[in-house]
Amino acid sequence: MAPTPKPQTSGQPLDVQRIRADFPILRQRVHGDRPLVYLDNAATSQKPQAVIDALTTYYTEYNANVHRALHYLGERATAGYEAVRGIIARFIGAPEDGVVIFTRGTTESINLVARTWGPDQVQAGDTIIATGMEHHSNLVPWQMLCQERGAKLKLVPVNDDGTLDLTAYTEYLTDRTRLVAVTHVSNVLGTVNPVREMAQRAHAVGARVLVDAAQSVPYMPVNVADLEADFFVFSGHKCGGPTGAGVCWARRELAEAMPPFMGGGEMIERVHDDHATWAEVPYKFEAGTPSIADVIALGAALEYLEGIGMEAIHAYEQKLTAYAIGALARLPGVRVFGKAPERGGAVSFDVAGLHPHDLSQYVDQQGIAIRAGHLCAQPLMRRLGVPAVSRASLAYYNTTGEIDALVAAIGKAQHFFGHG
Amino acid sequence: MDDLDQLYQDLILDHYKQPRHRQALADKDVSAEAENPLCGDQLRLAVEVDGNCVRSIRHDGKGCAISQASASMMSETLTGKPVAEVRALLGDFIAAMRDEREFDSAWPDEWLALQGVKKFPLRVKCATLAWHALNRALDKQGSS
Repeated sequence: MAPTPKPQTSGQPLDVQRIRADFPILRQRVHGDRPLVYLDNAATSQKPQAVIDALTTYYTEYNANVHRALHYLGERATAGYEAVRGIIARFIGAPEDGVVIFTRGTTESINLVARTWGPDQVQAGDTIIATGMEHHSNLVPWQMLCQERGAKLKLVPVNDDGTLDLTAYTEYLTDRTRLVAVTHVSNVLGTVNPVREMAQRAHAVGARVLVDAAQSVPYMPVNVADLEADFFVFSGHKCGGPTGAGVCWARRELAEAMPPFMGGGEMIERVHDDHATWAEVPYKFEAGTPSIADVIALGAALEYLEGIGMEAIHAYEQKLTAYAIGALARLPGVRVFGKAPERGGAVSFDVAGLHPHDLSQYVDQQGIAIRAGHLCAQPLMRRLGVPAVSRASLAYYNTTGEIDALVAAIGKAQHFFGHG
Repeated sequence: MDDLDQLYQDLILDHYKQPRHRQALADKDVSAEAENPLCGDQLRLAVEVDGNCVRSIRHDGKGCAISQASASMMSETLTGKPVAEVRALLGDFIAAMRDEREFDSAWPDEWLALQGVKKFPLRVKCATLAWHALNRALDKQGSS
């Protein structure tokens, strides 16, 4: 599908107070009249009013099933749903030879590739390469595939500064490498990986490349054509969209050769008593009634981001991230993980003598939402030598004042638990 | 007392900062392990049963204040009791933490201190981690 033209953006730096007014959830006060400070954006983003309105408008004005109903509502729903494929292709700079498949999210997108592309393409003795900083969603499906096929899974080691060991990566690449699965931006370390360079080296040995863009699409301008990805996957709910709608972009020739993911309605061309033929891509991967409202609202979310401009969002978040790292690192006993020269807004840290779970519970009572745990990256936790970390992850609607509030709350927690 | 002070009562913080029955365990002595994937709590127990009596409970591991204090409190209050009684008490405490029964005011102060955790449903698993592990350790002792 040809991307539709991109709307003009102002090119102005963003006005954070004006943007915050678009997010009704940020206006509330919690735990006894404390302003809500939401710093768990890598887990899921908050939703602007435009997205909430898109959901409401769909359900109040044109709720109907897509692709089948030959009536006014059905036609409107189908048009709204299908138009989002073009919005997505434009937003991610997808080359024309690709196809946007709707899924529930990043995890389902990766499983779709592992279970449809994988069994035909990966044989005993082949290798899949992932990295030591993958989210479990870009690791476990490959472990399962490799076990089934008798293939080997190799993880590119993580350097002390949070970058990937590209020397080891190059050594791992052989003509038996079938796939390189790599995260664009780490959800723990924030590291922006050199995906284009990695993809070029992978293609040189004939391997395909899957890019987990769950943390990059909401944070920076992305261009699938430049990155040379074969599969590019992300979740709508981390980009301001609702839960339940995600994207698997795939090169058309690969998608066409892949068998269906699930059987059922929508994905068929013709059904006989004992067999069926498949619909064209992308429909053969979209069995059953899709998350119509959520897909339409994802389109609204991406248009909202385009209205601000991803360059402006990226520039603002970079400043905010540098501010947060500086403020946290100045606290006694606090160690910040991830020192890659190019990094995103996920700032993971450890407070000496204070378990992340206790910290996150304590700061929550001050109205501050951060994340504590292994962050779905247990191999990386082992590499860092910690059972769990605390993470503040930033978005374009956060402020330096909110980071100051977090830093003050950590100081109080250290005192409360007797380490201050 | 606000919710946070209820969650982290002085008695809990005392057990967290000065855990009882805690020592580095040799692998061969470990009778049960438990992990809470939610927050990365890791706990190991070494349980010695002598005849019908739980002679000693020792623990090590890494984790949040609730999980570590709870292991200390459990070890402190159940050591020396008959196995059958320990089994029954483990069931009672876990049920109370799940809100399936009332806390008994006759229970030790340490147990009652953990009541505040019920207000934070995600933390109930931290508070019961050691108790589930002790159950499993006794299962193993019973079958060997």
